[in-house]
Amino acid sequence: MKTDSLLLLMRDTSQATSFTLGDWDQVIRLARVANVLARLAEDLAVAGLLEQVPQAPRDHLIAARLLGQRQRMAGLAEIERVRDALAASKLPTVLLKGGAYLAANLSLSRGRMFGDIDLLFRREDLPEAESTLILHGWNSGAVSDYDQRYYRQWMHELPPLTHIKRHSVLDVHHNILPATARHPPDAKLLLEQAQELPDMPGVFVLCPADMVLHSACHLFHEGELGNGLRDLSDLDRLLRHFGRQDGFWATLSERAGLLHLRRPLCYAVRMCTTMLGTPVPNDIVRELRRFGGLRLSLMDAIYQRALRADHPLSNDRWTPLARWSLYVRAHWLRMPPHLLAAHLARKIWFRWTGMPEYPTNEDEVPEQH
Amino acid sequence: MNPAQPALTATANPITLADLTSTELRARLRHGELVLRSGPIRMAIRCERDEVAAALWLLYSDYPIEAPGGFADFHVHLRGTDLLRRWIKPQIIFEHDGHAPFLALPQPQAFALLEWGMNWCIANYCHQYLMAHAAVVERNGFAAILPAPPGSGKSTLCAALVHRGWRLLSDEMTLIDPASCNILGLARPINLKNASIDIMRSFAPDAVFGPIVPDTKKGTVAHLRAPRESIQRVDETARPRWIIFPRYEAGAAPTLTPMPKHSAFLQLAENAFNYAALGRQGFEVLGEVIDMSDCLHFRYSQLDDAIAIFDELAVHAAAQDRSGVAA
Repeated sequence: MKTDSLLLLMRDTSQATSFTLGDWDQVIRLARVANVLARLAEDLAVAGLLEQVPQAPRDHLIAARLLGQRQRMAGLAEIERVRDALAASKLPTVLLKGGAYLAANLSLSRGRMFGDIDLLFRREDLPEAESTLILHGWNSGAVSDYDQRYYRQWMHELPPLTHIKRHSVLDVHHNILPATARHPPDAKLLLEQAQELPDMPGVFVLCPADMVLHSACHLFHEGELGNGLRDLSDLDRLLRHFGRQDGFWATLSERAGLLHLRRPLCYAVRMCTTMLGTPVPNDIVRELRRFGGLRLSLMDAIYQRALRADHPLSNDRWTPLARWSLYVRAHWLRMPPHLLAAHLARKIWFRWTGMPEYPTNEDEVPEQH
Repeated sequence: MNPAQPALTATANPITLADLTSTELRARLRHGELVLRSGPIRMAIRCERDEVAAALWLLYSDYPIEAPGGFADFHVHLRGTDLLRRWIKPQIIFEHDGHAPFLALPQPQAFALLEWGMNWCIANYCHQYLMAHAAVVERNGFAAILPAPPGSGKSTLCAALVHRGWRLLSDEMTLIDPASCNILGLARPINLKNASIDIMRSFAPDAVFGPIVPDTKKGTVAHLRAPRESIQRVDETARPRWIIFPRYEAGAAPTLTPMPKHSAFLQLAENAFNYAALGRQGFEVLGEVIDMSDCLHFRYSQLDDAIAIFDELAVHAAAQDRSGVAA
């Protein structure tokens, strides 16, 4: 596989001092594609190395860092608005992923870019949560009837809700894996252990072990790995941060069993240690190996490709196949075969005919001044 | 303090695009190894189309180029779309590092698309600067910022000024360094539309135009080559001195009207791409720029009148500067 200066730097920030301008050219491009440029800038700033980066690449790091800091402020303000909206209906605000790291002020939230705020509710609270959020301006815009049914009947979340004025997006979950998955974890177990944040009353995050497990199951069940390296780096930092706490590893292993998430945890630990050098106790690595399945070395080879920045500089000839196989696997894990066949057939039909599944406004026409 | 400070250490005699043979230029373009520098921005350009190479040859010959394998701020690629489209109504697409921010455009618009795409890269990523959608020109180290909506004659006025002794910093985007509030130049070609093209042809008969592209979303467009001196002095920054909102009005006598600073602030903020993204820093930098500048509305119909008025402003500012009156 190609050497990848971004991975080198993510493993060891002090490598920055030995980089040539050509190395920086690669690092900035790869980090931008992988959505970790702001995180890298924060790492370099914390290590006191940002000022030593040559000016041209440093400007890009500074620019990304500014956006990250801006997003941090906006994210916290939005979380408080969600909390206040839900408090009116006496519903707790349980945050997942990026929003949780930010609200809990974990060090990995520095420079971590995120688009949506993910929320977790008890399934029975979902209708009330949805109507409360709609009342406060978050609506699910143009989503086809098919997609409404896809989400509501089969998935573990509602169609995304977008605020009519501020355009913030909420992903409302009632579980961390689809209802159609082979062994969905029991969301009640997650909610029971959720912890209220001392600095933000009414806002909860998952307990440390569950936070790691959710991040792992999100990354290793999902088929679209646009943010794969960013998410792997989240896991690396969560493990480094919580791994120092007493009893963390034992709890992690126990919760993984309870929530049927040993296999994604196995992949998470393997990829973190091999790609990012995460320190993990040997007995945990050995214990989890048993749950990796028969084709563990094949999965290693696939993930080592698919989890890199998706860019010609880091992709090799096997990368497209690796990504495609994970896309198929994710759907396989998500639904029983008959649903999967119907769903994919529908997707392929729309792609072939070129008909839009529903109106999008993603494409822009260039500004012509 | 001398307001004009070199922003970057430039080598005495940098290699320019004109030092390449046309074969070398096309070879570099084919491999994405043409690294053009305009001010602080290095663009690595990849394109296999000969007409784009020819347009670059025409408009960019005086720009320094860098050896491939170093650092480029942006890697852009202009390419044809799929096989079928190669024969029927061919289209062209702009990619920044594999990502296409815009829909494809008809092939005759290729060079214009490259220019717009490069602007998009800067506007979208260079948050190390406060960026405003405004033309900016310099005289004696002092900058006149011309923010204005499309159709106000901003580019025409800018093009006229830089053919009468003012130095072009940028026609499209004003880059403000937050640390010093100085303005950094790009000295890229000037984008003219419709009637402006013929107006500039008669106003400056020696002006060099790139391809004339009819039928774009905004009508006919063409890019005007930047004056050589502006390109050679691009690394000299300038001090904000005037913020002038121009408006072309047929038959109007040239009139400068002072403008309250608070409304200039709001209007400039509206024209600043990343004002909101920079948060407090954006507010403070913009405030300083407004504080150090005379804010004016300018109505005009004749370019010669406009230039006389701008020259008066420059003479007045230089006199103030000599007598040590604070700007």
